Amino acid sequence: MKLTLSTSPHIRGNFRINRIMLDVIIALIPALVVGTVVLGIRALLVTAVSVVSAVGFEALWCLITRKKQTVTDGSAAVTGLLLALTLPASVPLWQVVVGSFFAIIVIKALFGGLGQNVFNPALAARAFMMLIFPVGITRYPGLDGVTSATPLHQMVMPATPDESILDMFLGKCPGSIGEISALALLLGGAYLCIRRVISPRIPLAYIGTLAVLSLVFYKTDNALIWSAYSVLSGGLMLGAIFMATDYVTSPVTPYGQILYGIGCGALTLIFRYFGLFPEGVTYAILLMNLTVWIIDRYTGFARFGTKKGGKKQ
Amino acid sequence: MKRLFFGGIHPRYNKEMSLTRDSLNTVSPKQVIIPLKQHIGEPCQPLVKVGDRVLKGQKIGDNDGRCVPVHASVSGTVSAIEPRIHPNGQMVEAIIIDNDFKDEAVAFNGCDIPLEQLDVDTVLHTIREAGIVGMGGAAFPGNIKALASLGKVDTLIANACECEPYITADDTLLRNDPEFVIEGMLILQHLLSPERTVIAIEDNKAIAIKKLKAFTKRNPSIEIAVLPTKYPQGSEKQLIQAITGRQVPPEGLPINVGCVVFNVSTVAAIYKAVRLGKPLFERIVTVTGEAVKEPQNFIAAIGTPFEDLINAAGGLSNTVDRVLNGGPMMGTAQADLSAPIVKATNSILCLEKDPNAKVENQVCIRCGKCLQVCPMRLKPLYIAHSVTLGDIEDIKRLNVTDCMECGSCSYSCPAKLPLTDKCREGKSMIKEAAEQ
Repeated sequence: MKLTLSTSPHIRGNFRINRIMLDVIIALIPALVVGTVVLGIRALLVTAVSVVSAVGFEALWCLITRKKQTVTDGSAAVTGLLLALTLPASVPLWQVVVGSFFAIIVIKALFGGLGQNVFNPALAARAFMMLIFPVGITRYPGLDGVTSATPLHQMVMPATPDESILDMFLGKCPGSIGEISALALLLGGAYLCIRRVISPRIPLAYIGTLAVLSLVFYKTDNALIWSAYSVLSGGLMLGAIFMATDYVTSPVTPYGQILYGIGCGALTLIFRYFGLFPEGVTYAILLMNLTVWIIDRYTGFARFGTKKGGKKQ
Repeated sequence: MKRLFFGGIHPRYNKEMSLTRDSLNTVSPKQVIIPLKQHIGEPCQPLVKVGDRVLKGQKIGDNDGRCVPVHASVSGTVSAIEPRIHPNGQMVEAIIIDNDFKDEAVAFNGCDIPLEQLDVDTVLHTIREAGIVGMGGAAFPGNIKALASLGKVDTLIANACECEPYITADDTLLRNDPEFVIEGMLILQHLLSPERTVIAIEDNKAIAIKKLKAFTKRNPSIEIAVLPTKYPQGSEKQLIQAITGRQVPPEGLPINVGCVVFNVSTVAAIYKAVRLGKPLFERIVTVTGEAVKEPQNFIAAIGTPFEDLINAAGGLSNTVDRVLNGGPMMGTAQADLSAPIVKATNSILCLEKDPNAKVENQVCIRCGKCLQVCPMRLKPLYIAHSVTLGDIEDIKRLNVTDCMECGSCSYSCPAKLPLTDKCREGKSMIKEAAEQ
């Protein structure tokens, strides 16, 4: 009989990276369903191409570099899914493949693989695609299949969007596959919070900051309505709930997460208020990605036994 | 009252598997191995030589200074005095006694004088002579702890949390002999005159709580604090935080916040020493785990080899992977089952291979679970990073010396990273740097 000598702890919890990734995928299903119902079956095709190519590039990279196969951790599938949800349903499929190559190989693998990337791979790929495929990625077919202006396009004008606030909440508006329905995204976010995959700190701080700042910096006559549209338009919900909470590229300390969410909200407002493009969330989160280590370093808890309660009472 | 500490985890407790019997079996080993160092401090010198006949309860090793004596746990003949493997993995000088199965004991002289007339010095001397150490695992000499606490504490806590999964030794003690603990606490209360006397217990021990409460009706000065079950509730600093809201300062002791904590088995041993005159030569040990056939608690003579206890529990199953001294979170893996149980051994845990240890990609995804569960509020992921880089200044900045190695971070890591090992490594790096 040979006994194993291990160091404590000798038992591990039933927690898995691929289970976390599966939860993220489950949480994104409502958004994908609404996207497919509203924008058509092509939304599903774009998503399939994105996921399959992302997983394929990950597998290929492991094969070429002779590394242990890491496809089973599920992170490539999540990246593929997230990328697809930021794209219009009409985007040419070959452009999707280029995007997922950029996400998986350039942003993730070249930085050292899972856990090592500085930028959120899906968002970085979207930013890259916007620069090289300006037509493919900025034309949004509406509910009738005809290219039309998204609510965020109209807000840049500036004008109040044609859609009602309720329609935008439900997802009856043109936009990217996974961005149109705030309700579906909130459902997914609630699932992730209940499963304790994410804490609500970053989404709440992000959405809250943008909502409050929009009450001060508004472009139409009604601050409240402007603020509601600001929160419901563009990729704000998808970004706040799913992109800004990406483990690898967000802070781990509770105070840090709040700070990070506030930073994302403030940058989004600045880009939308002063910028020319109907685009704020992508660049806000990518910029904030750079601050993660410094935020984590200077936030945290007081050392045990050094603050209140430390002295004899 | 806020009865919480920071962080913590909820592992599967698996405690019911060893709570199968109402009466406890005892084990009579052919030979006992009594290590001369079973406490924190100086080792004992043997008081007997090879060939001597010894009686159960006879003092066989002692020394001056920070030392507590050891006693024979069976009657028989000293067959050797030589280094033997200690469950902590080191070779320690030990007295080996061949059991003659006559079970002859020295005369135990208890005292039944009323509490108020108990003399403090006499009680402290009795605790020392009985060889009492912290039986929850730390093995700190009981008399030194009590002496250092005289006049300095307002809260006296008995720790019955037993937050480690699988172990039920303290629970068994409380189910069978709650009066030992109550009486022991009254002695300590007399010694230390605290404002609060608390027996702290987790809410997963309903029977023990009921029995304790039946006694505290008559002794209202003792408070039963029922705490939510969460690991590591029984850790001293976390327990003090949960009971009093106070935080023991870094590198500090419970005395710094006016508290002293004794494990309930230690409290019962103090009662037995003072009232029954019995030194610490036996204790309750849980032999349990999926890889042992009949998990149960035993009354075991100190010095009984692991293998004798495991055999008494039906032996190991073929699927055994590890045998531990202590619990699954902080116990020590054993290579050699001829090692004896010592005063601080509360459990022999026989585990199968852990299916949860499997991992697809062992990299940090920065999920932050380790930081959320750390009861000392450290940042294990950053400690691991700095230890890997060898950045000693950064390791110091991250207060790794506060780590008590409870294992919550490693347990919670979805990538199964050895975070607790990294913290240990960081602590020894700081120690080495200080020695240079």
